Amino acid sequence: MLLSILPQVLVDGLTLGFMYAVVALGYTMVYGILEFINFAHGEIFMVGAFVGTEVLLIADAMGSLKGMNPYIALVLMLVIGMLVTGALGVGIERIAYRPLRNAPRLVPLISAIGVSFLLQDLVRFTEAVARNEFYLNSPILFNNSINLGFASIPQKALIVIVIAIIMMVALTLFVNKTKWGIAMRAVAQDQTTASLMTINVDKVIMLTFLIGSSLGGATGVLFAQNYGTIDPYIGFILGLKAFTAAVLGGIGNLRGAMVGGIILGLLESLAGAYMGPLTGGAFGAEYKDVFAFSILILVLLFKPEGLFGEAVKEKV
Amino acid sequence: MKKRTPLSLLSVALVASVSLAGCAGTKDSGGAAGGSSQPSGNTQQGSASGGATDGGKILIATQTPLSGNQSSLGDAIKTGAEYALNLRKEEFKKLGFDLQLFPQDDQADPKIGVANAEMLISNPDVLGVVGHLNSGVAIPSSVKYEEGKLVMVSPANTAVKLTEEGKKTVHRICARDDAQGPKAAIYAKNSLGVKTAFLIHDKTAYGQGLADQVKAQFEKDGVQVLGYEGITQGEKDYSAVLNQAVAKSPDIIFFGGLYPEGGILVKQAREKGYKGYFMGGDGLDSSDMIKIAGDAVDGVVFTSVAGDVTQTEEGKKWAEEYKKATNKPLETYSVYGYDSMNVILNGVLEAIKANGGKKPTREQVLEAVHKTKDFQGQFTKVTFDDKGDNISADVFIYKYEKGKDRSTFVGKAE
Repeated sequence: MLLSILPQVLVDGLTLGFMYAVVALGYTMVYGILEFINFAHGEIFMVGAFVGTEVLLIADAMGSLKGMNPYIALVLMLVIGMLVTGALGVGIERIAYRPLRNAPRLVPLISAIGVSFLLQDLVRFTEAVARNEFYLNSPILFNNSINLGFASIPQKALIVIVIAIIMMVALTLFVNKTKWGIAMRAVAQDQTTASLMTINVDKVIMLTFLIGSSLGGATGVLFAQNYGTIDPYIGFILGLKAFTAAVLGGIGNLRGAMVGGIILGLLESLAGAYMGPLTGGAFGAEYKDVFAFSILILVLLFKPEGLFGEAVKEKV
Repeated sequence: MKKRTPLSLLSVALVASVSLAGCAGTKDSGGAAGGSSQPSGNTQQGSASGGATDGGKILIATQTPLSGNQSSLGDAIKTGAEYALNLRKEEFKKLGFDLQLFPQDDQADPKIGVANAEMLISNPDVLGVVGHLNSGVAIPSSVKYEEGKLVMVSPANTAVKLTEEGKKTVHRICARDDAQGPKAAIYAKNSLGVKTAFLIHDKTAYGQGLADQVKAQFEKDGVQVLGYEGITQGEKDYSAVLNQAVAKSPDIIFFGGLYPEGGILVKQAREKGYKGYFMGGDGLDSSDMIKIAGDAVDGVVFTSVAGDVTQTEEGKKWAEEYKKATNKPLETYSVYGYDSMNVILNGVLEAIKANGGKKPTREQVLEAVHKTKDFQGQFTKVTFDDKGDNISADVFIYKYEKGKDRSTFVGKAE
């Protein structure tokens, strides 16, 4: 019995893990360049979920969703969601972080927490006025499951994983192969020297926020599609866990964020499914976070820089 | 010096109330009792029916929110109580009493409820209170009722604490929160025929408490509990717990918690191919449950302490008469207000009899109401235990069905 559900547990853990991973990329990119934790990133993810769902709901209300290829609808949601959240990220950087760039590091952190409250209540307020409730239930585009015999993979989970992988590969290629990517790495290593090499540091930082935020927004869209129900507070828990994933992998490191996210998702899923039966009910699924975070503490005890933390040169 | 002031005030009030009560007893007109302080219009009204009402005036108060966003429920209780009282005015007139409703607005606010309660106990004509809607208002207000020995019969307060504080004046005709769990488990076993169960709760006092009670009852009745797990409120992915639950394929998944999590749980459970029952407490009672769960809501069962009077022919007839007489829509609590009022009025009648046809004291009314046994109201059957809980209170079962925008009533949980 214990083993028979293992494939299903792994599939669910991977779906969650890939979402953590993409959101973790946003944390780690900003940290890599500014050495500051953008705590509003979880809320940007949440805004992405709402924008994507609203696109779908409005299209549905106008009747243009019927007959539309679900893949086209998904791409539309992702593109609009990414544009809005990307612009939002850049705007937040311009208004809330850039004026504080030379202030002590705690100051922008507080500013980020402020922004995150602001976004939560802004979304709650807007939705409450527009729809009279701030829980949104999204129409689900993909309802099929692929039955493999030992596990059934919902199509929407597969889409989450595939799109997450596409985004990760694209980001890796961008950072390593393009001019702007090289500029980003240069700024991450040494801002002053980079600016002496005629790199426009402000622009690079803007670009970092644009990419990080739109990745977060896209994950929000995927999240809303996968679970169907969203509220303005989903960014808090998920953001916290994605941040944890980034730390687990070694904050500032792209590969670390990806691996850290997947590990955390798998750990949570495994702990939730197996802790109860294995401990005879003494520690049930409600302790899954305790278990996952204990592993985190253990890893950081022996490797304080995170799993991939050493590769400082690669950080972005 | 400071300490003396309230004492002396109290003694003044005492003297005043004693003399007032004396007036009511000795003088032949009810209107004269309050004559010195009340406007003359009232006195005239008293004397207009004076010939028959020489026993005095009897006020029964209601305390519910009549303004604010809960006023539709509060007004339903008041209207139900008013309807009951109007139907029995004649009966009291024959005995020589002028029976009147004394509605108060507690605004769902504990401070206002307490202030109103203070006013009520200072008026010697008030012999009973129907109220409140909110347990949070009822609990502090009942402190005042206890001081004034004023009997309170609640139509709607389910909080366990209300009757656990040892107050003699507090009664309720609805079930307590902790009646839901055992009744839900009994219903699941007897009516749904489940043999195995998986319990999930949301780690809150309400949710875990409910799940614990269900678990205890299941274990007592020999239903095998396959698992007992907690989830975190606010998360959206419950696949970890559900993988465990679905793999054990229980006959029922019982969830102690509220609809935001309940809706997601049932949806994700069905996606994983779970075929058994899904059940919860009144935390699942919301039209949002349907929106969140979508089609998966079909067949979800939940318990509630509030029942639907229009399920029987007799109840339907009563509802029609009620709507015609009061010109107001029927709410769940209308009939509870109606029955609460009748419980009090019966107590007052008993007390009048025991007092030799004279106007009874509050203590006598309290005693008579407290003794209520096997009283058959329009919808509820009432027998109070020592604490003032109704041992005959029912728990009701509701069910969601696909395509309907509200839950449907199934029946009593037995």
